[in-house]
Amino acid sequence: MRSEVTQPMKASGKSPIKLDFRNEKSHLLDKIVPILLFLCAALSILTTIGIVFTLITETFQFFQKVSIMDYLFGTKWSPLIDPKSFGVLPLLSGTFMITIIACIVAIPLGLASAIYLSEYAHKRVRKIIKPILEVLAGVPTIVYGYFALSLITPLIRGIFPDTGVFNALSAGIVVGIMIIPMVCSLSEDAMSAVPRSLRDGAYALGATRFEVALKIVVPAALSGIVASAVLAFSRAIGETMIVTVAAGATPKLTADPLESIQTMTAYIVQVSMGDTPHGSIEYGTIFAVGMTLFIITFLLNILAQYVARRFREEY
Amino acid sequence: MQTLIEINKLNLFYTAFHALKNVSLKIPEKAITAFIGPSGCGKSTLLRTLNRMNDMIPGTRIEGTIAIGGTDIYSNEVDVETLRKKVGMVFQQPNPFPKSIYDNIAYGPRLHGIRNRQQLDEIVENSLRASVLWDEVKDHLKRSAFSLSGGQQQRLCIARALAVNPDILLMDEATSALDPISTLKIEELAQELKDRYTIVMVTHNMHQAARVSNQTVFFLNGEVVEYADTEKLFSNPSDQRTEDYISGRFG
Ligand SMILES: Nc1ncnc2c1ncn2[C@@H]1O[C@H](COP(=O)(O)OP(=O)(O)OP(=O)(O)O)[C@@H](O)[C@H]1O
Ligand SMILES: [Mg+2]
Repeated sequence: MRSEVTQPMKASGKSPIKLDFRNEKSHLLDKIVPILLFLCAALSILTTIGIVFTLITETFQFFQKVSIMDYLFGTKWSPLIDPKSFGVLPLLSGTFMITIIACIVAIPLGLASAIYLSEYAHKRVRKIIKPILEVLAGVPTIVYGYFALSLITPLIRGIFPDTGVFNALSAGIVVGIMIIPMVCSLSEDAMSAVPRSLRDGAYALGATRFEVALKIVVPAALSGIVASAVLAFSRAIGETMIVTVAAGATPKLTADPLESIQTMTAYIVQVSMGDTPHGSIEYGTIFAVGMTLFIITFLLNILAQYVARRFREEY
Repeated sequence: MQTLIEINKLNLFYTAFHALKNVSLKIPEKAITAFIGPSGCGKSTLLRTLNRMNDMIPGTRIEGTIAIGGTDIYSNEVDVETLRKKVGMVFQQPNPFPKSIYDNIAYGPRLHGIRNRQQLDEIVENSLRASVLWDEVKDHLKRSAFSLSGGQQQRLCIARALAVNPDILLMDEATSALDPISTLKIEELAQELKDRYTIVMVTHNMHQAARVSNQTVFFLNGEVVEYADTEKLFSNPSDQRTEDYISGRFG
């Protein structure tokens, strides 16, 4: 026995124990599955490439006929009516007005409800509310559109009688309401991920619940919260149905939220649904506008990722 | 020695579970009192009743009284935040905030309304000196607290607790996550601090209790089995169960 312990092990084949390490299963599945999975991944990437390619070529053709300077800096958008004019600024301003109103509604309310859920609510309350939020996020946006038109707009007109039937304020508020669940849910996830021990450390110093929420939990969860805000922004920019239904179809460079405006998305819907002939310069506008929208959301998503990394407080 | 904390017939229930049974203790001021006992016997629970951290656990109910300096801390006049300011706590795992070293220490004083920069600088320096960390960190107070080692982080947490000027310091197995050298440093620190603070520490390490504490309480299943001067309890325990525990026969 003793000699066995001191001598180094050798693969002499003399060991009395026999172990078989050969694979008993067939390798076939192991070879097919990765290929299938790769094909699925490739399909979605190819689709994206296809979309971007179409966007780029059509946009390129459009800018052969329309000066890019006129497009970017023109203050009048009337591509369908003579004299034609292709200044995208009215559409941009309409889009941003909706987005800013929506964010003013969604970010504070979403954050406040996230703080409530993560720091104040009983476990039981949270268990009920969280799934409701997720259901709310799945309500078709057209429903929100009619909610804006039939409830919020009359309310606004009750306060400001000069308001148009279609106006940016009503649509913006409702886009905001629509994205509250997303802001709340993402921020709440970030706050719940803050470890209990940090909260205990602050409570043990005599912090109140509110102080713990505001000075410990929110800063520690800041990257997630800011990322949810940027996502909210980009969701509001891309929102289509609510603005098509409630904000009107009047491209206008205005700062008055009580007027009818048009967003980029709503314009694309308008042209796609109409009888504009394919291949015409009018039809080309939707690709240029689509490309603009694509670039903006793309940049915002990169910003969201950067922010999430930049503000990460390790714990 | 004068009694600072007087626990009288304390019972604590976690919903239906009876975690502390009829605990009565007198904890002297400006001394180190150690709680020892096997896992789950209620040491942390009792410690947390002293700064009312149990209040946050739903379903906790207590009977009996705890008086600190003559005031029943569970009576209505007592403001929990003020109590916790007076009764500091250090946890098992170092839990610095994800902030700079400076902001970690200044967090408590700021919470309690100190805004003056010079005053804060002073508090930060004094607290870090008291926890024997000053010389190691004085040149990079702006650095993240996470850049410190585990032992340094724990001393930072002690400094953070001292910064709000408490009378009592509760330490729940504050060295169990640390290496032997850091452990020794914290033990020395505790020895130094006991001239100014009343320290109550929970420890799993009987040698530690024997080394640093003046009084030792031995718990079993939520009850106090024996409470005596540390020297007496370890050399000549009066209860058979204490003897079994300290000689390593169970626990
Ligand atoms: N939040 C809680 N809810 C329900 N029961 C709890 C809770 N916290 C502790 N207990 C129970 O109370 C008893 C005492 O727990 P406590 O944490 O005080 O023990 P301990 O002596 O500190 O143990 P350890 O040495 O392992 O830290 C244990 O049986 C535990 O299961
Ligand atoms: Mg414990």
